[in-house]
Amino acid sequence: MKILVCIKQVPDMESRFRVSGAGDWFEEGDLAFRMNEYDEYAVEQAVRLKEQLGDLPEITVLSIGPDRVGEAIRKALAMGCDRGVHLQDPEASRKDPWQIASLIAAFARDQGFDLVFTGMQSQDRGSAQVGIMVAELLGYPCVSTIVGFAYDNGVITVRRELEGGTRGVVKLGMPAVVTCQLGLNVPRYPTLPNIMKAKKKEILPLATAGLSGEERRAVTLRLHRPEKRGGGVVMEGEVNDMAERLVGILKQKAVVPR
Amino acid sequence: MNVLLVCECREGNLRDESYELIAFAERLGASRAFVLVGGEDAVPRAEGTLYLADGARGGEYNPELHKRIVLAAAEREDPDCIVFIHSSYGWDLAPRVAAALGAAQVSEVVAVAGDGTFEVGCCNAKLRRTVAPMTSRTVVTIQAGAFAPSGLPHGVPTVVRLDLADDSPRIEFVGYEAAEKKGVDLGKAEIIVSAGRGVGKKENVAVIADLARALGGELGASRPVVDAGWVDHGHQVGTTGQVVSPRLYVACGISGAIQHVAGMKKADFVVAINTDRDAPIGEVADILVVADVMQFVPALTARMMQ
Ligand SMILES: Cc1cc2nc3c(=O)[nH]c(=O)nc-3n(C[C@H](O)[C@H](O)[C@H](O)COP(=O)(O)OP(=O)(O)OC[C@H]3O[C@@H](n4cnc5c(N)ncnc54)[C@H](O)[C@@H]3O)c2cc1C
Repeated sequence: MKILVCIKQVPDMESRFRVSGAGDWFEEGDLAFRMNEYDEYAVEQAVRLKEQLGDLPEITVLSIGPDRVGEAIRKALAMGCDRGVHLQDPEASRKDPWQIASLIAAFARDQGFDLVFTGMQSQDRGSAQVGIMVAELLGYPCVSTIVGFAYDNGVITVRRELEGGTRGVVKLGMPAVVTCQLGLNVPRYPTLPNIMKAKKKEILPLATAGLSGEERRAVTLRLHRPEKRGGGVVMEGEVNDMAERLVGILKQKAVVPR
Repeated sequence: MNVLLVCECREGNLRDESYELIAFAERLGASRAFVLVGGEDAVPRAEGTLYLADGARGGEYNPELHKRIVLAAAEREDPDCIVFIHSSYGWDLAPRVAAALGAAQVSEVVAVAGDGTFEVGCCNAKLRRTVAPMTSRTVVTIQAGAFAPSGLPHGVPTVVRLDLADDSPRIEFVGYEAAEKKGVDLGKAEIIVSAGRGVGKKENVAVIADLARALGGELGASRPVVDAGWVDHGHQVGTTGQVVSPRLYVACGISGAIQHVAGMKKADFVVAINTDRDAPIGEVADILVVADVMQFVPALTARMMQ
């Protein structure tokens, strides 16, 4: 069995973002980057399947982006993926989901992957398109937003999350693409020995030029801060002092009993 | 401008969000037609052409058949824009339709401008992108709640039946599983104090629970706290948890992602405690306390107990 896991590296969402000079993305220099949270579930599920099947599957982890994404690939290797593929593209943040999906599909097309895992969306753009579009391009069936995964004898049973906590139970064969939702599993932390082992694993660099010539279908014209609507009060200062003031307000507004 | 609105049906019923599609079409000043995979009973109250395909035959989760039905309606209507709700139904189907049509897709639109550009959230709603489609036809998903219907729905659509079947489904829908109902009914709570990922670790949840007790309220939680097993799912507030409407909602170390806010925005009074002054929760909070929860919450609890 051959498994592909697609991951993205995103900034820490608690960062202070500054809009870049070009005005269409954020300044990346001062940000800390990490693996997209949804993709951690995808990596974990692939590794668990490998463990279930007694090490038989080979897991390729792929990421598109500038040099720094090598760190995210290394982490996935330390979590248990076997080999990395880095589609080198410093301009990846300007590509739309269609172009990203086309690059992944172009790489995957003749590799005979039986299963493709992706996150359901990225934390920065949140478009929730790439995994499903990869499936469409490869002609694989796809189930998105999974919170449960089981494999038995060539049949995959997944739980798809719907609103209000309801789930849909779905069965499908292979090849297939699944996109992973938060809570699917508990992603492991790489152990030190596995981090050391990961250093020896191969990361294949590939240029994206020539892989897929798809034009972008949508373009970000401008990145900006949403206008502040809320007229809420911001309290800053010493903790006990703020607690005192807050209790005063809550009592005055009668949201808590006097 | 001509739009095709993709309505949603779940377990035989029309989902109310379908009316938000009409509000979106009105915002664009577009003429509209509808498509629905569902039964007669789920037909929306609206005027216009409705392409109706039998949900019972197709199965509610059969994305490949649903895609073909939307495409069949699109072929007849030749819309400039095909619109879905950004829901588990819409975000699953939209990329399939966009890929098939070679159309740009713009996801989770929160506003539209007169020049044909769309506004979408970015980085957990801290930023926004202005997106321009480069293709003549576009596929759009709209954020649930962003386009409020103007008035009560009325009218009877002209139904056109689409009879398609899936001969060799590659996906088998086994059935639905209801959410576990055990735990608290937060829907009735007057005061809710919720723990978010910012509380740091499981042991710290007790500090948040203490404040809930001191205020005579219930403990709530954001999703990562539930996913990590720090708190039971019964306490989760949000689109995939419970929708609550307390008098007071205290969000402790919660960033304010749309899926969480959707569950608590009906609260009368919102207090947020967050180290990040820019956290999007500040947009819905009446008071944003910029502080470390582990320092501020015990101080607040002590002050309440006095
Ligand atoms: C389809 C779908 C459905 C979802 N359904 C839900 C749902 O029902 N409910 C839900 O909650 N989420 C849901 N989510 C997840 C949602 O998108 C967010 O990931 C989640 O709400 C984030 O939870 P959080 O705010 O606790 O964590 P984070 O976003 O990680 O935020 C933590 C916050 O804590 C602050 N912080 C950190 N340390 C401290 C400190 N010491 N003191 C004070 N503040 C601190 C940070 O500044 C940050 O703002 C869903 C997502 C998807 C895609």
